Amino acid sequence: MFRYVIRRILAAIPVMLIVSTTVFTLLFLTPGDPAGVILGPDATPERINELREQLGLNDPWHMQMLRWYGKLIQGDLGNSLSVNNRTVMQAIAERAEPTILLTTLALTVSLLIGLPTGIVSALSRGRVVDTLVMFVAIVGVSMPSFWLGLNLIYVFAVSLRVLPLAGYQGLDQGLGETLRYLIMPAITLGLAQGALLARMTRSMMLETLGEDYVRTARAKGLNQPAVVIRHALRNALIPLVTVVGLSFAVLMGGAVITEQVFNIPGVGRLLIQAIGRRDYPLVQGIVLLIALMYVLINLLVDIVYGVLDPRIRQSRA
Amino acid sequence: MAQLQTQSQRQTQGSASASAVLPEALPTTAGRARRKQTFFDRFLRHRSAVLGAVVLLLVVLVALLTPVLMNHDPTLAVPQSRFARPLSEATPPAEGVYIFGTDNLGRDVYSRVVKGSQVSLVVGLGVSLAVVIAGTCIGMLAGFFKRLDNPLMRVMDSMMAFPGVILALAIMSVRGPSVGNVILALSIVDTPRFARVVRSVVLTLRELQYVEAAHALGVTNLRIMLRHILPNCLSPMIVQATFVFAAAVLGEAGLSFLGVGTPPEIPSWGQMLGDARNFLAQAPWTMVAPGAALMVTVLGLNLLGDGIRDLLDPRLRRQG
Repeated sequence: MFRYVIRRILAAIPVMLIVSTTVFTLLFLTPGDPAGVILGPDATPERINELREQLGLNDPWHMQMLRWYGKLIQGDLGNSLSVNNRTVMQAIAERAEPTILLTTLALTVSLLIGLPTGIVSALSRGRVVDTLVMFVAIVGVSMPSFWLGLNLIYVFAVSLRVLPLAGYQGLDQGLGETLRYLIMPAITLGLAQGALLARMTRSMMLETLGEDYVRTARAKGLNQPAVVIRHALRNALIPLVTVVGLSFAVLMGGAVITEQVFNIPGVGRLLIQAIGRRDYPLVQGIVLLIALMYVLINLLVDIVYGVLDPRIRQSRA
Repeated sequence: MAQLQTQSQRQTQGSASASAVLPEALPTTAGRARRKQTFFDRFLRHRSAVLGAVVLLLVVLVALLTPVLMNHDPTLAVPQSRFARPLSEATPPAEGVYIFGTDNLGRDVYSRVVKGSQVSLVVGLGVSLAVVIAGTCIGMLAGFFKRLDNPLMRVMDSMMAFPGVILALAIMSVRGPSVGNVILALSIVDTPRFARVVRSVVLTLRELQYVEAAHALGVTNLRIMLRHILPNCLSPMIVQATFVFAAAVLGEAGLSFLGVGTPPEIPSWGQMLGDARNFLAQAPWTMVAPGAALMVTVLGLNLLGDGIRDLLDPRLRRQG
């Protein structure tokens, strides 16, 4: 087990290296001059060149990258150009709360929707319920999240006026208030993932329900709930762990769009703002942090997977 | 765009085992003709596949017949008819009926939705074409040559380490809004997954006896790849390309919704929804048509992809 964990960690390191190099290079190639952005349109070419020299922007690519890596290891992502007097880290930290809450809530929503419907669908395979659930699921997968969000806003905020139109209240205002602001965004973000999860759960369940050990369990007279929960579901859940891990990444990406729909001041909106204002250090920092989070979550999923399923530990030895 | 990724992940597993069955199915030209016939028959009996194909055909028709179908200039702002309700008459000197109303600038929503189908299809087609070509080359090389496998797949892995939206956003922020750049960004996002699928199929095919026999007869690597392996990768490739198409249509809409996709002068469904968002209370109709068009198009593609997969993958068919 220990060796398995170490091996997974070692395999993640080159991925992280390539990821960070890609992020750096991508932003390095960006047209437009950060020095010009800082100084504004009235700056003289001499002044701009002076600042470029100061910021090290005149150095070649590999020098800039090595310097960037040196700072990165110390957790220094540079200073934001558009958020006043903030380092990139501070700017991101200030916006992290809504994004973390939104993503977690959306994952909860998708699990609450996906698992039960998938199981019910698998158990009533071929019948009307199954066909109906699967059709709703494929509609859910095809539904653009931002359109769903706009519809929810129109129904619950504009027409019925039961939920706030948009925006966010922090946890310091009380959990209830925060949830009131996050419930629509969480459904918007989580529904498509829930629909996908329902489809996956169904096919995993169908697979395990057809296994010999399930037939054996039935043959020895075990009742239906025990067969389904203890034998079929438990084994179907193992591959689903991977799916949930991947969901997290999709949700983190989707959060950018959802935050834009609902005006939530999270990391995603910060990213869009940073792109609009050509705040490259901030764009770089956010993209890098999200990608590294994703690598870490997948690493965690791999390890959990190994804990749950001894075959995985062995086969990758 | 990334919504489908876990689904395609699953596809990887499904298709790898399917491919092992396929080679036996295409021996002679006569057999091939018969098989095509039966595939088409089976396709027609698959209700959701037919539904998906019909929807897709309709969208293609709308895109091709755009000049005939539009009754207004989709980019012309008519200040005096801002926020006209659906089915209202245009105020002179403008004429005609605003079927789906007008937006905040007085542009006809119906004509913009019709015109928007073009960008969606161009991006969908462009991205799937680029992904199929790049993904097939990379997947084939990685699967066929053991030496190339590790380096190529590590690079693919790290590209997949970015959530799709984020990677596309980063690329768009570097390149600026344009249709070409949207295609480029989404192709880069979707290629690694496609390459994985191709690679996994090639890995199983490489070990089969007829490939070994070809090697023994001195057939060149290139010829083995093109004549013996590629044709047997086709079915998972077609399924995957359909999902890439759907993901690209959604992806373009998402980027345009965020204001970094297609430039403002080209009507796009996502961009229309982005505009509609700011005037939701005044003009809720501006979001109905573009959103519905987008959803129906993506739904059609997903139904078609699901259908083709059911028909091509015997293992899944058995599961019902």
